[in-house]
Amino acid sequence: MPNQPQDPIPSRMAPIEMAVDVLENLPGGGVILSKVEYLLNWGRAASLWPLTFGLACCAIEMMAAFAGRFDLDRIGVIPRATPRQADLMIVAGRCTIKMAPIVRRLWEQMPEPKYVISMGSCATCGGPFYYDNYSILKGIDQVVPVDVYVPGCPPRPEALIEGILKLQEKIKVEPFRRKAAAAASAQRA
Amino acid sequence: MALRTEELMLNMGPQHPSTHGVLRLVVTLDGENIVEVLPDIGYLHSSVEKMMEYRTYLQNVALTDRGMDYLTAMANEEGYLLAVERLGGIAVPPRARWLRTIMLEFQRLSSHLVWLGTWGIDLGATTVFLYCFRERERILDLFEQVTGGRLHHVYFRPGGVYEDLPAGWTDRALAFCDEFPGRLQEYHDLLTGNPIFLARVQGVGVLPRQSAIDMGACGPVARASGINFDVRKVFPYEAYGEIDFDVPVYEAGDCFSRYMVRMDEMRQSVRIIRMAIERLPAGEIRSKVQVNVKLPRGEVYSRSESPRGDLGVYLVSDGKDMPYRVKIRAPSFANLFALTEMMRGWKVADVIAILGSVDIVLSDVDR
Repeated sequence: MPNQPQDPIPSRMAPIEMAVDVLENLPGGGVILSKVEYLLNWGRAASLWPLTFGLACCAIEMMAAFAGRFDLDRIGVIPRATPRQADLMIVAGRCTIKMAPIVRRLWEQMPEPKYVISMGSCATCGGPFYYDNYSILKGIDQVVPVDVYVPGCPPRPEALIEGILKLQEKIKVEPFRRKAAAAASAQRA
Repeated sequence: MALRTEELMLNMGPQHPSTHGVLRLVVTLDGENIVEVLPDIGYLHSSVEKMMEYRTYLQNVALTDRGMDYLTAMANEEGYLLAVERLGGIAVPPRARWLRTIMLEFQRLSSHLVWLGTWGIDLGATTVFLYCFRERERILDLFEQVTGGRLHHVYFRPGGVYEDLPAGWTDRALAFCDEFPGRLQEYHDLLTGNPIFLARVQGVGVLPRQSAIDMGACGPVARASGINFDVRKVFPYEAYGEIDFDVPVYEAGDCFSRYMVRMDEMRQSVRIIRMAIERLPAGEIRSKVQVNVKLPRGEVYSRSESPRGDLGVYLVSDGKDMPYRVKIRAPSFANLFALTEMMRGWKVADVIAILGSVDIVLSDVDR
């Protein structure tokens, strides 16, 4: 029947044996082949270096996440003190209108590829400072592009870790030249 | 021949790993010596005083947690509710008063632990940070079992507290109290006996007694300059009048004294907690207060001792269910401007050591 997909496995080999078989029959086999994109994304996702940059209460929970019990070092997240060495910005806490240009400048100082996690309700949308307030920015995404929003007031360290894991998932599937890919998809649309 | 040098203006912050938040310091330097330090604040101004005018007295409790000093949420609730209860003549049952005392002292411990850990990082001792946060997590666990929150517990309510202690909580708290003095000794071993640490803090950043009074310094900063003033002793609130504890006072006024005052305070906090748990009375935890409490027309000023110092709340009511005006006298704000006095004449490398020893929280400064 033409609609029935054919069994792709010719014999009853385990997948790993198949892979070995393919590799050994290739000219110059025995080398593990992969896409450069996959390797780069794997490296980027496994060593996210955030900027030590705390604005308010969420920064205390961020510090707790770096400390012994939660230990973000396990997943390759090591805080850096300067934006030049960082590739992740965790906006932890409420951002005032006075502070917003500085956050933007810090983000601009970070080298590509760079990611932003908005930690807590205040950074996401203004949180409890949404109404009757003249000084707090209603969401950090008005200033910098945000990759992952972590809700909570403040989020527990577990929630921040979940946010970082989500960001890692996102990084692992992103195209190698993400700016070019974004421009191309924008042109198509 | 003396070398002619020009003054240099150095900008520290608002993003700096050691400014404990978003503080900008404009430091004028002559070579390596500090001529003048001007703090530029307002990077975390959350207009919480204005917001309180549009919320009921109960809703405002949640705002004091976040909008004021976020390391000591319950101390802010206490300062605000003291004013509300004093103006409204709301009675607090004895059990609630003792529960509040226990929570306030745990809050002081957790706040001082954050200060010690971050100051340790500032001075290059990362281990202390990990040790302090290990103990802090234990305290946060205890908080979580009672209030449900780690950082922002809206636990104190007008006329009492929200919930009673869960079963077995006092045993766990006492177990922590038994363990903690040993941990405190570990910090002493790591820092007080460390010549590198001592070289950076001993005799550095002296705030003379008279300057401390002139600048309105309060809390541990004032007590390190030889001023024996603690609101808990002088104007007792909650159960502090019935508890026996010492107020550590040091004379030298340098960074080391401020460090020692806080270390001794932690020991006293454990003592207070243990005493309060032993004498915890049974009974009601909240008096009958309507949810949308209305206060009579009038004004009141209340003061309490937050971990950072003398927290004052001035509250004006026009008889409605929302305050007419709330003014917060923040302890960090007074201590921040004592900083200019401490830093004058020291080297630029001492800025971080002095700044950390004052223990300011920018949310408290800017409100």
